[in-house]
Amino acid sequence: MNETQKTHILRALNKNIRFDGRTLTEFRDVSVERGVSETAEGSARVKIGETEVIAGVKLAIGTPYPDTPNEGGLAVGVELLPLSSPRFELGPPGIEAVELARVADRGVREAKAIDIKKLCITPGEKVWIVSIDICTINDAGNLMDACALASIAALQDTRFPKYDGTELDYRTRTDKKLPLTKLPISVTVHKIGSAFLVDPLPEEEEAAEARLTVATTPDGTLCAMQKGGDTPLKFEEVNAMIDIAMEKAKELRKHI
Amino acid sequence: MASALKVQEREVVVPGEILAEGMEYLPSYGTYRLGDAIRAAQLGLVRVDGKVIKLIPLAGRYVPKRDDVVIGKVVNILMSGWMLDINCAYSAVLSVKEATSRFIEKGADLTRILALGDYAVTRIVNVTTQKLVDVSMRAPGLWKLAGGRDFSVNTHKVPRIIGKQGSMVKMIKDATGCKITVGQNGLVWIDGDPEMENIAVEAIRLIEDQSHIQGLTERVHAFLKNKTKKDIVIPKMQ
Amino acid sequence: MTYTKRLDGRKRFDELRPIEAKAGVIRRADGSAYFRIGRTIAYAAVYGPREMHPKYLQNPKGGVLRCNYNMMPFSGAGERVRPGGSRRSKEISMITEKALSSVVDLSDFPNAAVDVFIDLPQCDAGSRCAGICAASIALADAGIAMKDLIPAIAVGRVDDKIVADMDYQEEAYEDGPVADVPIAIVPSTGEITLLQMDGEIPKDMLMEAIQLGIKKCMEIYEIQKKALKDKYKALAEVVEP
Repeated sequence: MNETQKTHILRALNKNIRFDGRTLTEFRDVSVERGVSETAEGSARVKIGETEVIAGVKLAIGTPYPDTPNEGGLAVGVELLPLSSPRFELGPPGIEAVELARVADRGVREAKAIDIKKLCITPGEKVWIVSIDICTINDAGNLMDACALASIAALQDTRFPKYDGTELDYRTRTDKKLPLTKLPISVTVHKIGSAFLVDPLPEEEEAAEARLTVATTPDGTLCAMQKGGDTPLKFEEVNAMIDIAMEKAKELRKHI
Repeated sequence: MASALKVQEREVVVPGEILAEGMEYLPSYGTYRLGDAIRAAQLGLVRVDGKVIKLIPLAGRYVPKRDDVVIGKVVNILMSGWMLDINCAYSAVLSVKEATSRFIEKGADLTRILALGDYAVTRIVNVTTQKLVDVSMRAPGLWKLAGGRDFSVNTHKVPRIIGKQGSMVKMIKDATGCKITVGQNGLVWIDGDPEMENIAVEAIRLIEDQSHIQGLTERVHAFLKNKTKKDIVIPKMQ
Repeated sequence: MTYTKRLDGRKRFDELRPIEAKAGVIRRADGSAYFRIGRTIAYAAVYGPREMHPKYLQNPKGGVLRCNYNMMPFSGAGERVRPGGSRRSKEISMITEKALSSVVDLSDFPNAAVDVFIDLPQCDAGSRCAGICAASIALADAGIAMKDLIPAIAVGRVDDKIVADMDYQEEAYEDGPVADVPIAIVPSTGEITLLQMDGEIPKDMLMEAIQLGIKKCMEIYEIQKKALKDKYKALAEVVEP
């Protein structure tokens, strides 16, 4: 995107108008559907406007890390499927996928969304490992918030498979849910010129100079952040962006 | 065996579907003969003209054709010209002498004429068998598009968006005061007041989605009138 | 021993699981489809014709069809499937390409590529066939020139019975021999474009199974046609300018 196109976007944003008619702090329609993959122990489809992702949770039994013998494991992966955009290519995850996964991971981990001590089966020997994988179906902007929301919804949908102490039977699911506590909600605020906006369209993502992803717990505590983009942010800007993110998080929280 | 048409005029058919049986009918664009039958060779609408059966494609990316006016985006600067993305499988080359009638010194900075990311309205002057595409800006109505924004539409809906002799797009321009250029390659460029731009985009999306409905012009007219709160004249064209 | 009753409760041995097909489910793609058979779900998206990368794969005589089959990490009934492809997914990608390429005509697109991405969020046997069914709807939805749609189904034997569209339980049947025969056909000619087999089966039984497969493919073909027509039928009344 060159400067004249960016100026064009900015001219509209300064009038609080976006290319799809929204105001700066307005999300597109958000929908969350759970149980979209029967093979996953938990799953969810999140749509934000035309953006669509599917998250699935698989549970496995593994050995704990030596320094945390009483704690289960968590791994988050994002697959930017070439199915979902001409931008994405086959091959190992690029930096965009890695960042999306790391940000979603940190939200869940730092909010202590899962009580990982309760994932311990035999201290030092056997623990549950929770793997969340998020696959993109259609990329129309704001994969960051879509991926984070989908991972939380999939965790809520998760039921343990049957485990008799020796063998794990994936084909028999129990009623037992994951020990979830404080669930985080992530909202990313983008800065273009002097405008702050949420839920960006692809062209707004391209034009953005900086972005800040803020994850908050239900009581309004911040639990993870990530600044992106090439432009530095002023203290006052960070302050304003966090306020917007926290306000919008209340709206998104209705979906979990 | 007697020849018989197996589908109706304007029916949507899918690849492989039998359109007619018997040797009396003749396969034309988008169809092929297999034994006694004429079948569809792609998704499309059936048109029967006497005994000739052809398909009008409903989907698919743009295929470059000579004399088409297309919108291109500069993606690379060459030794003596520009490489343009024209929203299809092939890039187009705009040479310096096809870009301007002015004398350009050898080794001049071409980005002063067209920079990376700039858009231009061009006409396709040549397409080779290997799909090397040459475009030109040297004719009235071809120029560099400064500012504004672009978006893509279904290439097969471009004639509907333009309308008879440009009547549809003229109505949108008049109502919104926006500058609008529609490329045959399914790229639309628009520049105007932000609010009016959004109305114009919505109107074009409406044409894209409802091009099959009778009285489309009236619908678009009513939409524009309602949104802009202005009295709009439906342009009369011969 | 005999196989008397299908494990998932289907009434007939030639009965397919419930099928759902939709065209145009991924906005960003040039063509796309959703295909569900029983508990197996496939998405397919088509991009192109577009520029072919890497360049040395370009064919100056025509466009190249490339297919990629991929199971999402959570789509297997057992453990998590490691992302990034396996020998199995590579092979299925290749046979998918071969199943489709004979009907696809890319002669107008020298040096270009048409990419088909098949991704499955949930698998319960028959996933390569579901992928081919979805891919061929998506190719037609992308307006690609093709002589026909390609339906695909797995047939085979469970013990003494010839069956269509086995699910995972039937594939894992232990009280008698099992054979799994995925096939794809060109409906207009009846030719076979995908044929694989694993298991044990006498030749006469195999021939009977293939015949059943061809018959069942024709049922699926009707569902594929309907998915496309449902998306485009509104356009039937277009008044040309």
